[in-house]
Amino acid sequence: MMPSMTSGVKSPIRYLERRAIHAVLLLIGASLLSFLFSSLAPGSFFDEMKLNPQISPETVAALRAQYGLDQPLPVRYVRWVKSVLRGEWGYSFAYNQPVRSLLMVRARNTLLLTTLAMALAWLIAVPIGVWIASRRGRWDDQLASASTSLLLSVPELVLALGLLYLVIRTHALPVGGMVSTGFDRLGSWEKIRDLAAHLIVPVTTLVLASLPILIRHVRASMMEVLQAPFIQAARGHGIGRSRLLFGYALPAAANPLISLFGLSVAGLLSGSLLVEVITGWPGLGPLLLEACFSRDIYVVIGVVMASTMFMILGSLLADVMLVVADPRVRTDHA
Amino acid sequence: MGTEAAATRALEPALMRARGLGKRYLQRTPFSQQSFAIAALVNVDFEIAPGCLTALVGESGSGKSTLASCLAMMEKPDSGEIWFEGNEISHWSKRKLAPLRPKIQLVFQDSAGALDPRFSAAQIIEEPLEIQRRESRQTLRARARELMEEVGLSPDWANRSPLQLSGGQRQRLAIARAIALKPSLLILDESLSGLDLSTQAQILNLLLDLKAARSLTVLLISHDLSLVGQVADFVAVMHQGRIVESGSTRQVLGSAQHPQTGKLLASVRVLEAAFQTARAGGRG
Amino acid sequence: MPSTCASALLRVRGLTVSYDARDQQPAPALRQVDLEIAPGEIVGILGESGSGKSTLALSILGLLPESAQVEGSIFLQGENLSSLAEARWAAVRGARIAMIFQEPGLALSPVMRAGDQIGEVIRAHRSQGSQQRKQEVQSALKDAGIADVERIYRAYPHQLSGGELHRVAIAQALVCRPALVIADEPTRSLDVTMQSEIQNALLDINRKYGSALLFITHNPALLAGFADRVLVMYAGRIVEAGPVAQMYRRPLHPYTRALLQLVPEPVMHSGHISGFARRERLAAIPGSLTRFDPLGLGCAFEPRCSARTANCRIESPEEVAPEPDRRVSCFNYGN
Repeated sequence: MMPSMTSGVKSPIRYLERRAIHAVLLLIGASLLSFLFSSLAPGSFFDEMKLNPQISPETVAALRAQYGLDQPLPVRYVRWVKSVLRGEWGYSFAYNQPVRSLLMVRARNTLLLTTLAMALAWLIAVPIGVWIASRRGRWDDQLASASTSLLLSVPELVLALGLLYLVIRTHALPVGGMVSTGFDRLGSWEKIRDLAAHLIVPVTTLVLASLPILIRHVRASMMEVLQAPFIQAARGHGIGRSRLLFGYALPAAANPLISLFGLSVAGLLSGSLLVEVITGWPGLGPLLLEACFSRDIYVVIGVVMASTMFMILGSLLADVMLVVADPRVRTDHA
Repeated sequence: MGTEAAATRALEPALMRARGLGKRYLQRTPFSQQSFAIAALVNVDFEIAPGCLTALVGESGSGKSTLASCLAMMEKPDSGEIWFEGNEISHWSKRKLAPLRPKIQLVFQDSAGALDPRFSAAQIIEEPLEIQRRESRQTLRARARELMEEVGLSPDWANRSPLQLSGGQRQRLAIARAIALKPSLLILDESLSGLDLSTQAQILNLLLDLKAARSLTVLLISHDLSLVGQVADFVAVMHQGRIVESGSTRQVLGSAQHPQTGKLLASVRVLEAAFQTARAGGRG
Repeated sequence: MPSTCASALLRVRGLTVSYDARDQQPAPALRQVDLEIAPGEIVGILGESGSGKSTLALSILGLLPESAQVEGSIFLQGENLSSLAEARWAAVRGARIAMIFQEPGLALSPVMRAGDQIGEVIRAHRSQGSQQRKQEVQSALKDAGIADVERIYRAYPHQLSGGELHRVAIAQALVCRPALVIADEPTRSLDVTMQSEIQNALLDINRKYGSALLFITHNPALLAGFADRVLVMYAGRIVEAGPVAQMYRRPLHPYTRALLQLVPEPVMHSGHISGFARRERLAAIPGSLTRFDPLGLGCAFEPRCSARTANCRIESPEEVAPEPDRRVSCFNYGN
C-alpha cells in the first residue's frame, strides 16, 4: 500500500482555535440559559423591601428602574453583555459592587480549598489504588473495598458535620470561616498556620468524600491492565515488581483516569458548595446560595459562567493530557 | 494482468467477475487536516470460476482483504465493476443487494472476534436462518444441529459458548453459520492462518467435502502459497493492490512470471532442508 | 543427546505441571518431561496447541500462575531454578534466559516507545548511563536485523509492522546476552515471507553470541535446516526426541510421522519449487488433542494413531532409546 498525501495543513493551533470557538459558543449558550432560568423565578432583589412598611412602593419601583430591572429580558441581556465586555460582569445589589471583583475573591478562596483537596485526594488514591489492584482478592484488597464502600455511603453533609462535631468537642481547631479574627495582625508564619488550621476540616471532608470513587477507578483501571499480556511479558524479562506496577501498568491504565481528572478539574469551582456552606468557608458556594435566595441575579449568572469556564477548561485539559499520555491517540492507528 | 487464462476453463460463465476495481482509503491524523490516501486496490481484474476452489495469495497489505470485502458486498469500490449472476452490482443500493447477501458468505480469520461470546454455538448458527426465514424454534435448532454435524462439530456442544471451543472448532462454527443459508460462494479470508497444521488440514478437507457436496464455489485467501497450492484449481497473486499473476495453479506455480510469485514460492520451507548438512549439526 | 550432563546448559528432569481446575481433578499439562540443552544448541519443540509446549516454556522461566502445581527439577548451568524465590527469578529472566512471546504486538506496552522498552530490560539487570544504554539498544536492534534503527527506536508498537515488532522482541531478548533464548511460536502470526527472515535473525544471534535456542512450533518444516535436535510433544509428554535429519528421514513415533506428512510436498524443478503435490484430500490426523482423557491409563495418542495395537489403550509406553541419540515412547515405533 502506498500512502500519498492529499491535502491540508497540520497544526495543533487550528485545533485550539476550534476549541476556543466552541468554548465561546458554549459560554454564550450558558449565559442565555441562566438569564432565562433566573428570570423564571418570580420576584426580584428589591421585593424584600416591599415587605418593609417604611419603604414606599415608589421607592422600590424607582430602585428597580435605576438598576434596569424593569427592562425586558433582551435589553437586560445586552446590557449585561456590555458589562462583561467592560470587565465588570454585571452588578451585585447585595454587595454594591461589580460582580467580577466579588467573584474573584470568592473564587480564589474556593480554589484554594478545592485544588488542595483534589491534589491530596489524587496523591492518596493513586498509590492505594495501584497497590490494591496488585493484591487482588487478598486481605488488603478486601479491606480497602469495604472501607471505600463505607465511606461512599456516608453523605458529604454527614462527613462535614461529623468532623465539625469532633473539632468542637476537642477544641482542637478553630471552627468555621477561613481566618481567625485579628488575622491581619499576625506574622506571616502565623498567618499560614491560621489558614492551615481553618483548612483542615473542609479539606478533609472533601478528600474523604472523593477518595472512594477515585480509589475504585484507579483499582478498576489497573486491574484491567494487569491482565494484559505485556505485563506478563515484561515480568518475563525480569522487570521488578514496583517498576511493573508504576512504570508499565499505571501509564497504560491512565486513559480513564485522565478523563476522571478532567472531570475533577471541571468541578473545582462547583463541587464544594455544601462543604463551604457548612464550614463557613467564604467561597463561591455561600455566595451563590445567598444570591439565589435574594435574587441577586447577576451574581448568580456570574457564578454559573465561572463554573462553565472551569468545565471547559477541565475538558480541554483532559483532552490535551490524553494526547500527551497515549501515543495511540496522537498518531493514527496502524 | 488479465484473466484470459481462466477463460479456457470457463465454458460456463464466471460466477463472479471484477473489472478494473479500484479502492482507496483515507487516513487522518487527529489535530490536523492532513490525510493519507492508501491505494488498496488498483485496477483489479478478477474472476471466480463456478464450482472451483480459487486461491488469492499475497503478503499482508497486498489488498486481499479489501478485494474480499468488495466481492462480499461489504464495501463499495471507488471504481470498476463487479458482475454477479449476470448483474453489475457495484453500485447497487443496500436494499437491492439484500436478497443477494445469502449467496455470498464471508468467513474471517479471527473467529473469536467475529462470533459473539454471549451466544451459544447453536444460536450463532440459527441467527442468519432466523433473519432470513420464519421458522419455528425447534426447526431452527434441528437445522443448527445438522449443520454442526456437517462441519464436524458434535451436536452435543450446541449450548457451548465460542469461548469454550478451540480455534479450529470456532472456525468450523463460523463455516457452519456461513453455509446455513446455502450460499453459492464462500469466501475465507485468512481463516486458516494461526491454526495448527493438523487443524488446517482438517478444515481444508472440510472445505473440499462441502465444495463437492453442495456444489460450493470457494475463494480461499491466504499468505501461504504452499497451503493452498495443494488444493486450489486457480491461483491469483496480489501485490500492492494489483493482481500480478493469475491462472490455473499448475500454470502459476509451474511457470511463475512475476517476481512476487517467485518470492512467495522461494519462502516456502521444505523438509528436505533438514537433510542438507552443510556443516555438522544438521543446519543447512 | 549430549553425553556429559555436566556441560548441559539447561537440564529438566521429571517436570510435571498441573493446573488447578477448581472443582475437578487438576489436569496435568506436563508429564514427566526430561530435556537437556547444550550451550549454543538449537533445539526445536514440535507440538500442536494443547501439547503443553507453552507450559514448558513458562515453567523454565518460572512464570506459571501460583495455582499451578509443579514437580520435578530445572537446572540452569548447574543451579536449581525450581527452588528459587520470586525475587531471585528476576535476575534470571531476561538476563540468563530470555523469552520471545508468541504475539510481540501484545507483548509490548502500547504507551512506551520500542527503544525504551528494550532499555528497560537493560535497566532491570545492570546499572548504566542512559547514553550507553541507548547505544546498546541500538546495537541490539541492528543485531535483530533492523536497518532503520532510529525510527524503530522512537516508534510506538502500534506504528510498527508485524515483522518490525518481531525484531523488536528479538532485540529485547538478546540485549542482555542470555545463555538461552526461548522462542514460543515466534512466526505464527507472520507472513511466510517474513518467517525466514525472523529465523535467520535468530540464527545470527546463535552464531554471534552463542545463545542456545529453544524454538517452539507446530510446523515441522520450520525446524528443517534450522534446529539441531527436535523434541516432539503430545499431551504433555515428549514422545520422540532426536537429531533433526535422522528424525525427519525416518520418524519413529506415529505422531511424528503424521506431522511430517502434513507438510505440503513440493514438486521441484531444477532446484526451485514449481508446484505442490495435488491432493484430493489432505493427510489430516483424525480427531483432535482436546478429546483425550488426561487421567487415562493408555497412550494419549492412541485414539488418533494409525499404528495402534490392543495394549496401547491400557498401558502407557515407557521411553526407549532404540538408537544412540534417539528416544521414543511407543510400543510400535518404527512401524
